[in-house]
Amino acid sequence: MTTPSGWLLVAAVLLPFIGMMVGLVAGGRHAARVAALVIVAGLAIAFATARTVLDASQVYLLGGWAPPLGVALRADGLAAAMMVVVAAVIAGIGLYARRDFATPPGVTEARAPLAFWLLLLAVWGSLNLVFVSGDLFTLYVGLELLTFAGVPLVCLDGRGETLRAALRYLLFALLGSLLYLLGAVLIYGAYATLDIEMLAHLVQPGIVTWTVLALMTVGLLAKTALFPLHIWLPPAHAGAPAAASAVLSALVVKGSWFLVVRLWFDVMPAVVTFDAAQLLGGLGAAAIVFGSIVALRQKRLKLLVAYSTIAQIGYLFLMFPLAFDIATGAMLHGDALTGGLLQAASHATAKAGMFMAAGLIYAALGHDRIADLGGVARALPVTVLAFAVAGLALMGLVPSGAYLAKKLLLGAAASSEQWWWTAVLQGGAAFTAGYVVLVLTRALRSLPAPLQLATKVSRLSEFSALGLALLSLLLGVAAVVPAAGLPAGLISNPLAPKELLPTLLVVAGGFALAATLARRPLFGDGPWRRLMTAAGTGFENADALLRRWPTASLALIILAAAFGWLLHTGNPA
Amino acid sequence: MNDTLLYGLTACALIGLGVFGLIANPAPLRKILAFNIAGSGVFLLAGAVARRGAAAGFGGDPVLQALLITGIVVAFSATALAVALVLRLNAVTGDVTLAEPPAEPTDDND
Repeated sequence: MTTPSGWLLVAAVLLPFIGMMVGLVAGGRHAARVAALVIVAGLAIAFATARTVLDASQVYLLGGWAPPLGVALRADGLAAAMMVVVAAVIAGIGLYARRDFATPPGVTEARAPLAFWLLLLAVWGSLNLVFVSGDLFTLYVGLELLTFAGVPLVCLDGRGETLRAALRYLLFALLGSLLYLLGAVLIYGAYATLDIEMLAHLVQPGIVTWTVLALMTVGLLAKTALFPLHIWLPPAHAGAPAAASAVLSALVVKGSWFLVVRLWFDVMPAVVTFDAAQLLGGLGAAAIVFGSIVALRQKRLKLLVAYSTIAQIGYLFLMFPLAFDIATGAMLHGDALTGGLLQAASHATAKAGMFMAAGLIYAALGHDRIADLGGVARALPVTVLAFAVAGLALMGLVPSGAYLAKKLLLGAAASSEQWWWTAVLQGGAAFTAGYVVLVLTRALRSLPAPLQLATKVSRLSEFSALGLALLSLLLGVAAVVPAAGLPAGLISNPLAPKELLPTLLVVAGGFALAATLARRPLFGDGPWRRLMTAAGTGFENADALLRRWPTASLALIILAAAFGWLLHTGNPA
Repeated sequence: MNDTLLYGLTACALIGLGVFGLIANPAPLRKILAFNIAGSGVFLLAGAVARRGAAAGFGGDPVLQALLITGIVVAFSATALAVALVLRLNAVTGDVTLAEPPAEPTDDND
């Protein structure tokens, strides 16, 4: 049955696409105006949806046809939360990009601005479709739309290297979607429906569901760029214009991640095994270590931020092993999932702010070499503050969303007696601190003479970057909102010894990593630094190897086989 | 051997060939072709599944046929986008390769 407010879901999906088509027809500088209108209306729709979902999940049956013949759109708490986060980030990016993607005076239409505003709306519509889709095939369509909207964002400036990055992204994503579609066909063959709710009641562990879950998961991981399938991410995210990088890094990768969540938690919670969930979480842990170390070895700020995205994607997968309930042998909706969702929300806001700040620094200096960032904190205080706040939020300092997420995940790790994830959660923050400390120590260095800036940056852009970063840092306040339904007592006094000590350890760990792994020594040389630098070079070489096409695609196939095997052996056949 | 089994096996062969080509062939255009071959394999598999699940009086399950048509449209759009990128890449750089350009000379002090 369609619920009274079900039309909101249709509006959330259709409005951005209608805006995109109107913008395309109107053309020129009208595209930016249409986008601004759609952003305002879309924000209202997202909040209205969240408001109604607090009372009850919303459903809309397209054409009044019920599944399995028809298609249902559904919004549960998960979908509504993601819709609000995406709407907020899109609004922030929209404000930021007003200056960068304004049609220059004197021309009626310029290619890059027109394409950016239309694609921004397309990304938004596709994401909303992914969030509210009630069946696996509509999800496939939404996912493909998201890829098609994301790929051109990579090469907005039309340089050869960005075109190449876009093509690599598209081809690898297509390999992933092929596996997903294959899984969809197989599961339809076994259960004659693709509707998520119906499948949830029907699926039984067996050769078909193991294969399907393994194929779909790995296909989606390729699109999410989870280590070691991150072949396409660094050049694509680092080469795109800053506003586009923010869209790609904060939002686009969350679409396929959200689908993995849907699959594991809602479609096949009982097919998942302990071992398979451990493998997924293990890839996440590897991503954190690997992504952070390679980030520390980068020379360019945008590449550093791109590698930090790889590490942050890893965080999003830590909740999977923690949400697995050994007693029932299934994935449970609970604190771990809430933690994962908060992780995604805080990463989306913080990473968007971070890419925007990096873009402003690039624009102002005319380069983004980390070694030559000295003096930039004096020249662009708001931008560097935005970077710092985003960094603190990612590190999980009180009261950021990542802090709350960490608390929830630590609680889940303790109650399920998986102490090794406690170590990953606590240690991971030190890696994040490493590259934040590195950038800030470079940026805070003062120069004898004030820096000559290549261009003046827009105040609006600076403050929208800061706004998104602050949003992430203050997300922890959600704990005191009763509607969020979080357990009480999550936020405690940050200056209490029990809280202060881990924070200090994280920062100290960050300093140690930055000092030993950075390309240019922070505080002088020593035997430790030589050892760590050699290890860092090893990680860089491993990264270059993993990002070669044959290695990455073989890794994809090996992972599919590994997931299939772990799903099979973990289940009583 | 009945016809759905034959279609199914052919589909598997096509998917295998396509995935192999997608991995092993370095040229982007060949990768695009390989993607289409593997995609055809998936569509054929959908056809075989539709045929197997057909109700009395139907040639095949209409839901899967509807999905198949949508899938073909998606694959077509993907191919068009990929070919457009290849053409543009060729126009801008004069060659078409996916390999990243050699890294800029490394200065270890940098």
